[in-house]
Amino acid sequence: MDKLLLLGDEAIAQGAVDAGLSGVFAYPGTPSTEITEYIQASKEAKERHIVSQWSSNEKTAMETAIGMSYAGKRAMVCMKHVGLNVAADAFINSAITGAHGGLVVVSADDPSMHSSQNEQDSRFYGKFAQIPILEPSNQQEAYDMMRYSFELSERFGTPVLFRITTRLSHSRSGVERNKVLPQHELNLPSDLKQFVLLPSIARKQYNTLLGKQVAFQEESEKSGYNKLFSGKDKSMGIVACGIAYNYLLENYQEEEIPYPVLKTGQYPVSRKLVKELYDQVDSILILEEGYPILEELFRGILDEGKTIKGRMDGTLPRAGELNPNLVAKALGMEIPEGYEIPDVLKGRPPLLCDGCSHWDSFGALNEAMLDYSPGRVLADIGCYTLSALPPLNSINSCVDMGASITMAVGAAEAGLVPAVAAIGDSTFTHSGMTGLLDAVNRKVPVTVLLLDNSTTGMTGGQDSAGLGKLDDIVKGIGVEEAHIRVIKPLRRLHEENVQVFKEELAYQGVSVIIARRECVQTLARRMKLKHAKKKVAKENSAQ
Amino acid sequence: MKKDIILGGVGGQGILTIATTIGLAALSEGLQLKQSEVHGMSQRGGDVQSHLRLSSGLIASDLIPEGKADMIISVEPLEALRYFNMLDRKNGWLITSINPFKNISNYPELEDVLTEVRKLPRYITIDADKIALAQGSVKAANIVVLGAASPFIGLKYASLEDAIRQLFGKKSEELVQLNLKALKAGREFAEENRKV
Repeated sequence: MDKLLLLGDEAIAQGAVDAGLSGVFAYPGTPSTEITEYIQASKEAKERHIVSQWSSNEKTAMETAIGMSYAGKRAMVCMKHVGLNVAADAFINSAITGAHGGLVVVSADDPSMHSSQNEQDSRFYGKFAQIPILEPSNQQEAYDMMRYSFELSERFGTPVLFRITTRLSHSRSGVERNKVLPQHELNLPSDLKQFVLLPSIARKQYNTLLGKQVAFQEESEKSGYNKLFSGKDKSMGIVACGIAYNYLLENYQEEEIPYPVLKTGQYPVSRKLVKELYDQVDSILILEEGYPILEELFRGILDEGKTIKGRMDGTLPRAGELNPNLVAKALGMEIPEGYEIPDVLKGRPPLLCDGCSHWDSFGALNEAMLDYSPGRVLADIGCYTLSALPPLNSINSCVDMGASITMAVGAAEAGLVPAVAAIGDSTFTHSGMTGLLDAVNRKVPVTVLLLDNSTTGMTGGQDSAGLGKLDDIVKGIGVEEAHIRVIKPLRRLHEENVQVFKEELAYQGVSVIIARRECVQTLARRMKLKHAKKKVAKENSAQ
Repeated sequence: MKKDIILGGVGGQGILTIATTIGLAALSEGLQLKQSEVHGMSQRGGDVQSHLRLSSGLIASDLIPEGKADMIISVEPLEALRYFNMLDRKNGWLITSINPFKNISNYPELEDVLTEVRKLPRYITIDADKIALAQGSVKAANIVVLGAASPFIGLKYASLEDAIRQLFGKKSEELVQLNLKALKAGREFAEENRKV
């Protein structure tokens, strides 16, 4: 079949589509966004009526997918690593309910925090939920493993965690397609109480899950995704997980790797293969992208066995992503030196776009805040987080999706009055609405700046769940109408907008200032499309 | 054949277009390819890079090892300096535009930046904006830089031309012609000005 040039994310998407996927459920988040976008743009997916609309957040996405799995069809959930925190309740419990139609949860980790607030390792979640984890090393494996994951999920009646990291997500390579499988028909589980996690049923289901653990571990060998390669030099054995295996290969090129190597792309790892490796070597080097999860298991609490090398003893750095050079160093190889980076080089941090509405929103807020001592603006996750940097220097927090309003409530309860929350429209519908309800019920003096650019901007302009509904949502939650203020963040309206901020900051209750102006990126894209359509229409009418 | 290329620039300057063009050309010549890109936060006016690896054999890592890049192609002079540590001392080429993109307040003197570039044994510095404008639009500056890099990539020039036809053909014939001219002008400049 045809070979495609695909990002890791796209290989996952194509793999799922070809494996008979019926629905993808996701909230955008770097580096996972392109999986869902690829399916949304895919003609084949459209012809096959694969559901691909964005969800409000990762938890609703996860639950919708569980519902589709309950109804017997293959469902995929995609998110960035911190999204799995949001979906965790549903995710962990899906391991107890088990899956009916294949259920695959893709979590894209971001070691080195290129676009994230931490570098948590999703494999911990897989272990916590006690379900199988797949971790591809390249684009082709990502494609192939997706089909296997669905098959595994149905064979064992379990959700499967599919873990990738930034470098694979956003790297392109040739992928060969397999034949396309049909989707499942609607069919419910034979036990209609399987998904009812009442304690009596949950206990039974949990025991069923525990009973599968040995089989999961044996499956990692049978699948071929744990594979032991022989090597003559027994002074060391190497365990290479996911894309770390590529960095190992890179350092040997056409030469043979002298050491025995356990290539690991599936967890829990095969006990048999680990023992086979351990028994034949004097020491073990563990290469894993992310946290030292396997390394901790190999060491155990006492760490009194054979010498283990990895991230915990300084052989590799404890934090950040791996690369070929770090692995070369761990192997004791010499690293070629490039040229020294000149001192004249300056950093170039990301910046809000020219003409972005956030410049004007924060410009007005900054001026209104001059009346108060600094440190009062609790913010959230989105492009506007960049307002923490010069020249704006507007905000004082960014913790997790939705934390702005709730943190402002907490700070106000501690006596910080006025306290301001700054949150985007998509983040607000993701996790901010419940916090606003808390604020209303507590009657605390909090001013919420709702930055409505009518899109999910940071990740590239995906649909925003609350589009056209925000005023009603805020009103419905119980904010008094007199204190729901809609402003247009423009430079020429600066004085007016400052005045609105001043009035609401002085108000001793909950107020919401909705700063509404479309993202300049989506606006430009929309106009381009409009002109193109007009041109086509004109050409057609001229014929 | 093996060519490891670092592409550098600022978000929005079109380095992915260069990467895609080279990628298409490489595929048409039956080469293997891996292309690592930057998505997400950095795209907002920050520094962006792409690791592009071409080979007739298997490519293992998505990232190019330090000190092993055969080329740096940069559409912005300051960004060219950011990847000096990646460049192979034995035979590495640097091709950069000399047109600064100043969105930081502490942007150094352009002359200081170019002085650093000129310390390298193998480099091409090109006024891509001016050359692109002469071909019809400053928007083709990225393809001018690609043209200047083309003698060193190890792909047939015709393959690059075909890739441009394939890539821009979806948009308009006008863009195809503009970019073909830009590619040629860049290449001619490099051949007249290569020092080694």
